[in-house]
Amino acid sequence: MSALTQSTPAAARSDAAPEKELRPPSYWPFVVPALVVVLAIIIFPWVFTIWMSLNEWKVGSPTSFVGFSNYLRLTSDPRFIEAIGHTLVYTALSVLLPLVLGTFAAVVFHQNFAGRGFLRGVFIMPMMATPVAIALVWTMMFHPQLGILNYLLSLVGIPAQLWVFHPATVIPSLVLVETWQWTPLVMLIVLGGLAAIPTEPYESAQIDGANLWQVFRFITLPLIMPFLFIAGMIRMIDAVKSFDIIFAITQGGPGSASETINIYLYSVAFTYYDLGYGSAIAVVFFLLIVLLAAVMLYARQRMLWTEIASGA
Amino acid sequence: MTPRQIIGQIGLWLSVFVIVSPAILFFLWMLSLSLKFEVDNAAYPPVFFPDRIAWKNYADVLASNRFLTYFTNSLIVTGSATLLALLVGVPAGYGIARMAAHKSAIVILIARITPGLSYLIPLFLLFQWLGLLGTLVPQIIIHLVVTVPIVIWIMIGYFETTPMELEEAALIDGAGRWQVFRHVALPIAKPGIAVAFILAVIFSWNNFVFGIVLAGRETRTLPVAVYNMISFDQLSWGPLAAAALIVTFPVLLLTVLAQRQIVAGLTAGAVKGG
Repeated sequence: MSALTQSTPAAARSDAAPEKELRPPSYWPFVVPALVVVLAIIIFPWVFTIWMSLNEWKVGSPTSFVGFSNYLRLTSDPRFIEAIGHTLVYTALSVLLPLVLGTFAAVVFHQNFAGRGFLRGVFIMPMMATPVAIALVWTMMFHPQLGILNYLLSLVGIPAQLWVFHPATVIPSLVLVETWQWTPLVMLIVLGGLAAIPTEPYESAQIDGANLWQVFRFITLPLIMPFLFIAGMIRMIDAVKSFDIIFAITQGGPGSASETINIYLYSVAFTYYDLGYGSAIAVVFFLLIVLLAAVMLYARQRMLWTEIASGA
Repeated sequence: MTPRQIIGQIGLWLSVFVIVSPAILFFLWMLSLSLKFEVDNAAYPPVFFPDRIAWKNYADVLASNRFLTYFTNSLIVTGSATLLALLVGVPAGYGIARMAAHKSAIVILIARITPGLSYLIPLFLLFQWLGLLGTLVPQIIIHLVVTVPIVIWIMIGYFETTPMELEEAALIDGAGRWQVFRHVALPIAKPGIAVAFILAVIFSWNNFVFGIVLAGRETRTLPVAVYNMISFDQLSWGPLAAAALIVTFPVLLLTVLAQRQIVAGLTAGAVKGG
């Protein structure tokens, strides 16, 4: 602090300082550089995307204003409609499975055991690892003839699967990777929730002779519900947008069996370079994510109201 | 210990084993693949511990003349995008926290929800018009989409928890706002900055989608380079796995070393790029 007062000429007239206190200091100068960056890389692209979506805009040919025809084209694009279906199935599974497994993992990591810190570090490695590198190894593991997964199945007498190489199993297989990768995030959020729970309810439950499942179902679960909701919301936003894993393992295949909206958007914009149509997909895609988030919020509110109504 | 406690202990360790083994087994298998010759990688049933270790897989990847280029590209892109993000994001987080301008965080939220590809379409055109596509500049700029929101989000949260008393005292002593920030707020915020730095580095390093669109042959980052190896080297698993491990190794190391910061950052903001 002494270095500070020496370096400032204003220190000499510190008697003038109190009047400074009257008007709240402006912190705008701190925000301006970031504001410029955010305007340039987040707001500008958004406005420009909306504008492009109203145009016929292909790389290498002149552009023309076409109004909403890109959006109309979406409604009769079977590939897009199919992609919505894939996205919803993929998202639903990629939210539910990590929520269930992550909650279980959080309850376990909430206990005291030797090496907990280290093992938690190992447990979160999948979500920090480079997705493309992970995808590459999973691709090898999914290999129908030489993959380790079919070998493991054969050990317990289950016939070999085609995994990501068959339309019927490709989405569940990708969800397996997604779940493996993102269960740790749910675990961390729920673990934070568990840390905030008071110990009294558990003590009285123990006196009442409740078993482990009853304790979890009637004490832990209601108390961590807000955290589960946040985890579910984050998981939904990430799963809908999932790109790296799907693109690196299947590129939407076989055929278009695992083509989600994001993968289709990539093809339209950067394989066919149909930027106007791609922009329309991007806008609708964003609105779909907002809609899903709104539905989740609504469901959460409804749940809270039923809880209050039932006197819980 | 009562029998009940013993059963409890066994149950606990069994659960720990079940939870942690998918991660452990995966990374061990990755290591195993990367250290085997093709004969062993193509063997069925799979070979877990090879008789001969193929160090050559790593040597080949590291010795290929392009690898160093891609590694340097990754370092430049991640380094620049992270430093720029800290430069603008730390003061912004401070300003937003002190002004209690919580509504401005909605921009961060929108950035969090928006699919990465929708930034790419307009920015791709912009970079094309500016003639920047053959350089690393487009990738540095677009990685800011990932790093800036992470830094701002974490710093808002951090500055909200640091005490105001010291800053007020310094203001009364006649220090300017900038001096208060530089000499009072910033030193206290070091742990928060560390969290923001680590997460920004990891998510920028891992980013793939921006690279496949914007990178040319000479400007690929490591994830893009590894992806391109898949298409060309479908059958040689050893070198592929070695390359994958080399790409992700810095991040895994950071995860183990800075686990506390990562956990704090992810649970505070839960912001992820892309």
